[in-house]
Formats: sequence, C-alpha cells, structure tokens
Amino acid sequence: MLTTEEFELNMGPQHPSTHGVLRMVLKMDGERVVACDPIVGYLHRSIEKMAENRTFSQVIPVTDRLDYCTSMTSNYVYVLAVEALADITPPARGEYIRVIMTELNRIASHLLWYGTFCLEIGATTPFLYAFADREKILDLFEMASGARLLYNFIRIGGVGRDLSQAFLDRMMEFLDGWEPRVPMYEKLLDENPIFYNRTKGVGYLSQEKAKFYGVSGPNIRASGIPMDVRRDKPFAAYEDLEFDIPVFDEGDVFARYRARMEELRQSARILRQCFEKIPGGPATLPLNYRIKIPEGETYQHIESPRGDIGCYLVSKGGDMPWRCKFRTPSFVHIQIFRDLLPGVLIPDIMAICASFDIVLPETDR
Amino acid sequence: MIVEDLSNADCLVVPKEIYRQVAEFLKADAELDFDYLEFQTCADHPPENLNFVAYLRSLGKGHRVGLKIVMDRRHPALPTLADLWANADWNEREVFDLFGVVFHNHPDLRRLMMPEDWIGHPLRKDYLHPNVVKRPD
Amino acid sequence: MGIIDGLPAHIEKFPGGGLLMTGVNYILNEAKASSMWYMLFGLACCAIELMATGASRYDFDRLGMIFRATPRQTDLMIVAGTLTLKMAPRVKLLYDQMPEPKYVIAMGGCTIHGGPFYHDSYSVLKGVDKIIPVDIHVAGCPPRPEALMNGCIQLQNLIRTERLGHERDRPGLRIITPRQIPGQPPVNSLAPGGALIRPNEIPILG
Repeated sequence: MLTTEEFELNMGPQHPSTHGVLRMVLKMDGERVVACDPIVGYLHRSIEKMAENRTFSQVIPVTDRLDYCTSMTSNYVYVLAVEALADITPPARGEYIRVIMTELNRIASHLLWYGTFCLEIGATTPFLYAFADREKILDLFEMASGARLLYNFIRIGGVGRDLSQAFLDRMMEFLDGWEPRVPMYEKLLDENPIFYNRTKGVGYLSQEKAKFYGVSGPNIRASGIPMDVRRDKPFAAYEDLEFDIPVFDEGDVFARYRARMEELRQSARILRQCFEKIPGGPATLPLNYRIKIPEGETYQHIESPRGDIGCYLVSKGGDMPWRCKFRTPSFVHIQIFRDLLPGVLIPDIMAICASFDIVLPETDR
Repeated sequence: MIVEDLSNADCLVVPKEIYRQVAEFLKADAELDFDYLEFQTCADHPPENLNFVAYLRSLGKGHRVGLKIVMDRRHPALPTLADLWANADWNEREVFDLFGVVFHNHPDLRRLMMPEDWIGHPLRKDYLHPNVVKRPD
Repeated sequence: MGIIDGLPAHIEKFPGGGLLMTGVNYILNEAKASSMWYMLFGLACCAIELMATGASRYDFDRLGMIFRATPRQTDLMIVAGTLTLKMAPRVKLLYDQMPEPKYVIAMGGCTIHGGPFYHDSYSVLKGVDKIIPVDIHVAGCPPRPEALMNGCIQLQNLIRTERLGHERDRPGLRIITPRQIPGQPPVNSLAPGGALIRPNEIPILG
C-alpha cells in the first residue's frame, strides 16, 4: 500500500501575497492544511519602547508608522487617549475635520484592501482601478497635511492645520466623480463565477468564535454582530451624523467583502454631511508642544478600517508617556488563522487571509 | 479584597490569588456576561512593581471593566486565561516575551515578537542592549 | 562568467576590436537596463509607495520593470521598509538566491541608516547595506513615487556605464559598511556567495 505523510510547508516571511512579513508554518496533507502556526515579529520595530522616550507630541509621528494604511486613525487613537487624560476638548471645527480625515482614510484603506485582495485572488485589473482612485484621495491628503502616506496631522488639541474651502470643494468634486464608480468595482467581481466560487462559503466565521477570539470591525459585522465603536461609544462628531452600519449574516469571505464595499458608501454619506455641517472657528487649541499630562491611566478606542484600535496610556505627570500600549485589530485577527485554516486548500488560504485585512506593522508594532 | 483603582476609572485592583476565579466568574455570570477580552498588558514601575492589566468587555450589555494586578518585579507569574478567551493566548505570549511574566498552564508559552534565541525582556525599564542608540535630549 | 571576463581583453588587441566591444557593450547594457524585473520585497510603509509606483498613475512598466514574486527570476531587489534583526537572515538568503547580474535599491530612510527607528530601537537593523551591497539609496520617509522613479532611472544610467567583464567594479559593491563582530577582526568585503547569517552574527554596532 502506498502511504502518505504530512509535510511542513513554510509560507515564509516574503511571499507574493503582499500582506507584509507574515510567516505561517503549515502542516499539509497533500493539498489540505492540517495545522497552521502563524509566526510574527519580523517587523517588530519597538514602537512602544520608543514612545517612552519621546514627548507626547513627538510620539505622534511614531504612531503614524503603526498602521501606515490608515495613518490618521493611528494618530487619532493616541491623541484621544492623551486628551482624555488631560481633559482637553478640541474645538468643534477640529472635531469635524478629524471625522473628515478618518472617513477619507477609511475610503483610501478600503480601496487599498480591495486592490490587494483581488491581486491575491488573481485579478490584476481591480488593483489598477482602485489605486487610480486612491491617488485622488492622496492628493487631497497632500493638500491638507503635506504628505502622501504618513500624515502626522491629528495633533493634541485639534489638527495640524485648518482646512481651506478649496479642500472641501475638491473633496465634493472627488465624491461626485467617484461614488458612481463603486457599482463598477462590484460589477468587476460580483458577477464573476470564478470569484464567486472562490469566496462563497469559504472561511466561515461563526458568531461565538468571533466573540471568543475578540474579532472586530467589518469582520465581525459580516458575521452578524453589529459592533461599531462609532455607534457604541461615539468619538469626535459622530453623534451628530447619520449613517448605517452594514451587517451581514453569512460570515464567509464574500460577506466580509460586501461589508467593506457597503462601508465605502456609508463613508461617502458621512463626508457629504460633514461638508454641510462643518462649523467655522478655530481648528486647534494653541497648546505648548512640550505639554505635561497629569498622572493617570486611560484606555480609549476608535474604529479604524480594520477594526477596533485602542491605546492604553499610562502617564506619571511628566512630559513623556510612561507606557503606551496599542491594542491593534490585526494582532487579534491573525490568531484566528490557527482555527480557520485547518481543512482548506492552499488557494483558499490566500482568500481567507486577505479577507481579514491584516497589516503586519500593526501586529508587530 | 478587590478595590477600585485610584489612577484609572475603569480598573479594579485584584489580588493575584483570586485573579483566575474573578475572571471565570465575570465570564460565567449571566448578568455581567463579559464575553470579549480586549487586551492584556503590563506597565513596569521600578523598583518594586510590575502592574498587569486586562480589559474585559461585554458586547451584549455594553459595559467594560479592567482587572489590574500589582506584582513583584522580580518573579512575576500568573495563571492563564487562554481557555476562557482565545485571544489571551497571544496577549500572554507577548507579555511573556516583552516583560518576562510567566503564565501557568499556558498551552504554548514561547517568544512572539523577538527571535527565539533572544535574551532579556525588552520593555522593562532597566533593559540595555548594544543595538540601542539613546536619543539625545 | 570566466570566459566572458577574459574575452574582451583578447578581442581589443585586434584592429577594430575596441569598436566591436563598445558596440557589444552598448547593446548588452541597454538590454539589461531596459528590462529590470524587480522582486516584490515590500516590508513596511515603503511597500505601499512601491505598489503605488507600480500602479496606474506612476507606472513602472514604462521603464520595463515588472514585479516578480520569486527571487530566481529577478534582477533587482528594491528593499522597501524597515529591516529587523529577525528578518535580516532572510534578506541575505533572498539576495543570494538572485542570479547575477543583480542590483539593489535601498528605498526609504529605514534601509539607509535606520530612519525614524535609529534612536531607542533595539530590534531594527540600522541600514540594509550592513548585510547586502546597495547600488542606489533613495531617501524619504516614504519616498515619493517620483523619487523612486528617479532612483530607478539613475540605476539605468549606472548600468549603461558598465563595461563587459568589469561589472563587479560598481561603487555599491566596493563600499560596504565594515562588519564589526565583537571579539573578531574587522571584515571589509562581503564573502563570495555569502553565508546564511544567524541573528547574533549580524553587525549591529555602528
């Protein structure tokens, strides 16, 4: 009789599915995965240790590098923690500008996700389309903050610079031109039988498992639980804005893809409301950049495009943080692979890993 | 004796001995229903203390609590929560890697962020390494 | 490569040989420069700018550069992103797996000398030229796509100045940060073929 053996396949830190440097040691039985052990730490840049040796304002550019696809939300969660400890309330215009930046960043990040998700499943065209639209958003960011990717824009007490009317007009122009294209993105994939077969029913995540593992963001909303920090614990100006939270029940890769596409539409809706409701006045409080924060600890979290990002900040009354810990969604989502991957074929691994929208710098910090 | 933490409004200071029982009770009780573990981490307060903190949250009821344990810096050890909430697995591995806290009954306690043969626990306040270039003030 | 190394010297002795070698040189250099295939080696933030440079607005394909997934099929490795001590042996292994002639562009501040992670970071290798020879450094954090395109065009110009048989005379291959392993004599050239280095052998000082 022919006997078969299991073998170990190393999906190494460099592989063409461009999540970043994730290594997974897979025990395979032929084409099927038997066990999976993700190994991270290849991008551990000791951001938390660096944050302990810089003043509170100097930590903000360091948090940029934490999740570089959505640098605004990484800045924001840290600034929110600092403002909670020091009891600083930014002016109303500053809050609206923060909402605008967060939602624009959500659109940019979902477009990036869409491009790389399709690239990993095997389609190259959506990647080019998504990046062409993403470039227009990066032009807007460059107008506001001066940089394309790492903005350092959301500061303690407000934002870095006020937005001009030209920015708001250009933002509406972008929305008017881009929103009709979203059905085109969906049409490229939804009616494609190959995509349908590769994603429907693959990677099912049940509600109990999602809560047991601590999943957040579009991943848990695609499994039927309506968890959204913008609703549960509103930050910035989200209390005055109207938006829906798309929830799907199937819990597979297709549902997660649909959840993110619906979020694109909701983000556009929020941006239009912000354009109408944004008040005048100053955008920032004039604070000393070497600000001293009173002693205490706090944990604040916001909704990033990937999930629920939080910052646990310990201050001892000086002008440098004592301990700054970032609770990032990707750290939690990678643990799910140990549970979801056994029993699938190799091509499904790519689809499942890409559908959770993980970025490694967030995981490794 | 569980007391409220003075420096953090969400936290309760829990003695190390009953930490595991408190966690099991918080998960099992129907009214409290803490079914979501947010994170676990440590903060180093030399020369004596190492504070461990774990935040729990209830998705259904909407409340949140933090459990804080003050430990001796020299030999920190705690029971694991990996069978109650699954993401405690990697949280505790990271705390072990960066702070040196040993977790009893953990399914797989090894280093997470640093290479396997690294010596030392980097996020402690007294950690020195030749690769670190100190920032001039 | 031994035959090709010695042949130009023989051919140039004959009348008209110099002209022939110049012509052959020109054709070979143009062929190499116009179709550099690069390896998708994005580690961190610079990877997003690398992907954006390869995407619709700034297009790498007009320089003839296409991304390949495996090092066996590439000529160019664009190291984009921070290099940690845990990742460094893999980078060395990937560099050794690329066939000759191979070039390296170090993209972004982190690969040049540590970037924003120079201070207070215990796990970052401060500069990729401590383990592999680098031809072009592109500064920025992250560099704009225009800067990266400029870097690739400069690399093409560098390739066009090569002479057949003397390709290893590139400045990048000669200037390597000297390896200082504590307790051993300093080394200032890369071992031919390279060796798979372990994390505690990586030169981290200086």
